[in-house]
Amino acid sequence: FLLRSGAARPARACYGEAAAVGSRPDAGSPVYQENYERMKALVTQLQEQAEKIRLGGGEKARKLHTSRGKLLPRERIDRLIDPGSPFLEFSQFAGYQLYGNEEVPAGGIITGIGRVSGVECLIVANDATVKGGTYYPITVKKHLRAQEIAMQNHLPCIYLVDSGGANLPRQAEVFPDRDHFGRIFYNQAIMSSQGIPQIAVVMGSCTAGGAYVPAMADESIIVGKQGTIFLGGPPLVKAATGEEVSAEDLGGADLHCRHSGVTDHYALDDSHALHLARKTVKSLNLQKKVDVSIEPSEEPLFPADEIYGIVGDQLKRNFDVKEVIARIVDGSKFDEFKALYGDTLITGFARIFGYLVGIIGNNGVLFSESAKKGTHFIQLCCQRNIPIVFLQNITGFMVGREYEAGGIAKDGAKMVTAVACASVPKITVIIGGSYGAGNYGMCGRAYSPRFLYMWPNARISVMGGEQAATVLATIAKDQKAREGKQLSKADEEALKEPIIRRFEEEGNPYYSSARLWDDGIIDPADTRLVLGLSLSAALNAPTKKTEFGVFRM
Amino acid sequence: SAKCASTAGGHSIGKILIANRGEIACRVMRTARKMGVKSVAVYSEADRNSMHVAMADEAHCIGPAPSQQSYLAVEKIIQVAKTSAAQAIHPGYGFLSENTEFAELCKQEGIIFIGPPSSAIRDMGIKSTSKAIMSAAGVPVVEGYHGEDQSDQHLKEHAMRIGYPVMIKAVRGGGGKGMRIAHSEKEFLDQLESARREAKKSFNDDAMLIEKFVDHPRHVEVQVFGDQHGNVVYLFERDCSVQRRHQKIIEEAPGPGINPEVRKRLGEAAVKAAKAVNYVGAGTVEFIMDSQHNFYFMEMNTRLQVEHPVTEMITGTDLVEWQLRVAAGEKIPLTQEEILLRGHAFEARIYAEDPTNNFLPGAGPLVHLSTPTPDRDTRIETGVRQGDEVSVHYDPMIAKLVVWAEDREAALRKLRYSLLQYNIVGLSTNIDFLLSLSGHPQFEAGNVHTDFIPQYHDDLFPARKATPLEVVCQAALGLILKEKMVSDAFRDQSSDKFSPFASSTGRRINILYTRKLSLLDGENIVDVAVTYNRGGSYSMQIQDKMFLVSGEIFNEGDSIYLSSSVNGTVCKSKLVILDNTIHLFSPEGSAQIGLPVPKYLSAVSSAGTQGGAVAPMTGTVEKVFVKAGDKVEVGDPLMVMIAMKMEHTIRAPKAGVIKKVNFQEGAQANRHAPLVEFVDEVAESKCFIERIVELVSSAHPALAANYTD
Repeated sequence: FLLRSGAARPARACYGEAAAVGSRPDAGSPVYQENYERMKALVTQLQEQAEKIRLGGGEKARKLHTSRGKLLPRERIDRLIDPGSPFLEFSQFAGYQLYGNEEVPAGGIITGIGRVSGVECLIVANDATVKGGTYYPITVKKHLRAQEIAMQNHLPCIYLVDSGGANLPRQAEVFPDRDHFGRIFYNQAIMSSQGIPQIAVVMGSCTAGGAYVPAMADESIIVGKQGTIFLGGPPLVKAATGEEVSAEDLGGADLHCRHSGVTDHYALDDSHALHLARKTVKSLNLQKKVDVSIEPSEEPLFPADEIYGIVGDQLKRNFDVKEVIARIVDGSKFDEFKALYGDTLITGFARIFGYLVGIIGNNGVLFSESAKKGTHFIQLCCQRNIPIVFLQNITGFMVGREYEAGGIAKDGAKMVTAVACASVPKITVIIGGSYGAGNYGMCGRAYSPRFLYMWPNARISVMGGEQAATVLATIAKDQKAREGKQLSKADEEALKEPIIRRFEEEGNPYYSSARLWDDGIIDPADTRLVLGLSLSAALNAPTKKTEFGVFRM
Repeated sequence: SAKCASTAGGHSIGKILIANRGEIACRVMRTARKMGVKSVAVYSEADRNSMHVAMADEAHCIGPAPSQQSYLAVEKIIQVAKTSAAQAIHPGYGFLSENTEFAELCKQEGIIFIGPPSSAIRDMGIKSTSKAIMSAAGVPVVEGYHGEDQSDQHLKEHAMRIGYPVMIKAVRGGGGKGMRIAHSEKEFLDQLESARREAKKSFNDDAMLIEKFVDHPRHVEVQVFGDQHGNVVYLFERDCSVQRRHQKIIEEAPGPGINPEVRKRLGEAAVKAAKAVNYVGAGTVEFIMDSQHNFYFMEMNTRLQVEHPVTEMITGTDLVEWQLRVAAGEKIPLTQEEILLRGHAFEARIYAEDPTNNFLPGAGPLVHLSTPTPDRDTRIETGVRQGDEVSVHYDPMIAKLVVWAEDREAALRKLRYSLLQYNIVGLSTNIDFLLSLSGHPQFEAGNVHTDFIPQYHDDLFPARKATPLEVVCQAALGLILKEKMVSDAFRDQSSDKFSPFASSTGRRINILYTRKLSLLDGENIVDVAVTYNRGGSYSMQIQDKMFLVSGEIFNEGDSIYLSSSVNGTVCKSKLVILDNTIHLFSPEGSAQIGLPVPKYLSAVSSAGTQGGAVAPMTGTVEKVFVKAGDKVEVGDPLMVMIAMKMEHTIRAPKAGVIKKVNFQEGAQANRHAPLVEFVDEVAESKCFIERIVELVSSAHPALAANYTD
């Protein structure tokens, strides 16, 4: 017999209901091609610079280091983490062109998150090939930032210590202040008290203040005939008491494992020490409990590198942030919230590596409606305990009489309040401009996102260089006018040019990253991976209920 | 036409006991099952979980592992036959198969012994008797003189009687010393003197014997079959010339280069021999054959031989079925004219042994075992499965690989093809040796003789060549992908399944991860720098050579396969990673790449691995020299173990005080079992098992330690 057509049709599938966003770009268009080439060039430059930084100190220093049977710091990390697993490294450009002729690759310290025996850990590794592993101001800042990440995300800390301690010529910039050297040990104590394990592996010197890293650790490992720990090294001891003693006798592994009890485990070499560290992590009895719903991960529908052609390197060119979202999120599926309201701010839900996230992205200047929409969406995420990803490309809030009168300041304040108070994991990626109060509303560094990354095309400053120059030129013009004089076109240009140049220089991601205003510059095509790793790390921390401050209505 | 047990001769066989183990027990059971005959297995305690026990319809334990107390325990076996009501006993080969007393006892107990009458066994068991009988029956025999009278004249007369060329051999000779060939009467005395001088110098004894000299002798044997009605047929010859330590390793049928006329003469001589002793059942008449295809009777084996399958393959028969039928009194199913020779068959014996170490027999677990797929023309006769152990107590043969094809060339090709698919990990085997043997041009040409292996020794044991770097890349890829498989399995049982941290992509931010792997190619360390590319491929650098490598691993049946692409060349190989070794099996051959044990692990476990106070292999403790409390120095003997018929002196790995002796004399110790404990050992390191676990897991840390232990 015959079935009537449609009788056998299955019920409508209840999966895959989220709408896919994004569209196939016109890859042949000159704009796309120019964008692609120029962004690609920025990425190539980024990778080339990073490859140089990866080497650490000079060849001589590296040779000396390895000739002693020591592994290079990145090799140590590679062997510490689960074989073949990724490593989320932070701020490779710390210290980049920061100290004039003194090069301090990666700030002399490598930090990042990797899985050790299945547990996501924060790893801090001194690079003894860079100035003997001594702490420059940026080194201290990077170490403290790493500890902050550990604290915020509840990640066990593993310190691979190989450092000569504070950089003496710069002691004033590394010793006395709150966020200086001493804060490292303060943080160790506080984290230990919060149940965040602190593990030290002494693989080289650990002098003076540095001695406190293993001493303050919950569990410590030392490499025999290589690691040393002492408050005062042999020269200082001789100067103070006249006692002549070798470094090994003064603070070697035998002394500390057999007599002083400063260290707990004796390793035969670097590999053994890392093996022992892996075993130590196994005994931490940690289990990650993810409070966010998870679904099977899917690749986006569009290739990630199309972002190059869509975004390009010219901030004046507009692009639709949804095209970027389509190349980041699972299956390019994005459930937009309030699509028809305040449409210069895009809000909605998606998944990244299976983790549910709220996404806030910019499609232009922020109006009152956009700010209110953003506030509403942040409230939703906090209510539901959903991490928020900010894709920041913002010139600022709308200005002008009409908007001031409409209360743009108060609506902006609502969004800033919401962003500040939200205690769900917040992760920010600056994908274009980051200017003025827009930076605040879109979770700039001051708003303590768990992680903040920049694309190589991004720029950050209080306002655009052009605008700043124009503002200053206008002020100068007004002043001249009051004096009855006129500012010549040439004078105006001469006035503006250095300002534009300075803004350009200081707004550059390398300038930012060198000073640790962010956690690293990333390849736009890696955004999905970096967000996935960051989310995975962030979800180690127990959830905290958000309490908002007063919203000015 | 095997309907069921026959009753033609008045007997009825519905149930047989197989007084054997291993592949032959399984082989007999397979035919019994086909014929609807129930089978009863007997087994020693060591064989409790073995394949022949599992295959049998019923099985009985007959004692401890040593054969004397089990498979040779006549009374026990008869008892089992009686209690299980088996009408017949099939003795297989070895053990009781040529034991006259056993055959007699069976007869007395009213149990059919599946074999010849005891008188035939007896007659053929004594060499001089059998030669005399054969000589009398007109079968050519190798003449010789083994007498006391050593006078020149007397020896010369015997040489004349035997016929030149003759061999003059020192009675106490060996290794060619005191041995000469005299091609004619003219040179006899000179050669005799020369042989005597050398013998006197070497053995201080110049007594000589004279034998017919057979140049390039071949070992050719004829399968015969007799029934209780006086019929005897032959099923053509087998060539078993290629031997090591006087044991056959590759057999074939028919003999290469033997023409139909010689074949017929061989067959008829063999039938004559069998008839001379009123032979019943399956038997083999062995001849020695010279380069002119003259042949002489050597001996008769009154049993089913190991290599009987090659005869079955070329004649399309089931000789075990014939044995059962004939034992039941039936006539031989075929007449001589009906027995036709078709095609060519080879049998390769796969042994647990180390060909590079004088074929020293081995034992141990078959950790990985995969075989070619059996079909009509490919037989795998085995008594072991993956996970089984090749026991120290019995023959170390793992399997017989039997192939058939239309002609010798095709059969040989098939043999090599199948050998490549016979992959074993866990113990040393002769598979690679069988491959180089069967691939030797002289073997291909059929120029086989009993000195084949010594003559072509250098070809057959080529110096170890460095593994091609492409294969090293495959091994590195296999290691990385296996590691990924383990990581993925771990990930899949966690609740956080999709975190990119759980991936094995080796991703880094803005830079590429280059992993330094140290692998062992024989004794040489090969450093491989593996760069994880963004797209999932790997760039591998060895010395100054670069390779672009990608691939995947997947399960097929019980095995893991690696499909790899190295600089564009795609290859599929079987992958087994075990005991710090990566094994790759591909159509091009096998490769083993080792993983060096990290210093910190080898330092801790050196007492265990460097011939220390642990059993080097499974064996029996013969003597114990120390007791608890004894003080020993490094190198002091602690014990003597007997394993694989070899004595091993276990020496103290370090100075110290003995805390405990773990094995007493006569006890059996497994490979790697700690034999003695030192007083300070516990304080200094962990218990041995822990160390081994660590050793295994950390040497390829990827594989285990990270998550599981």
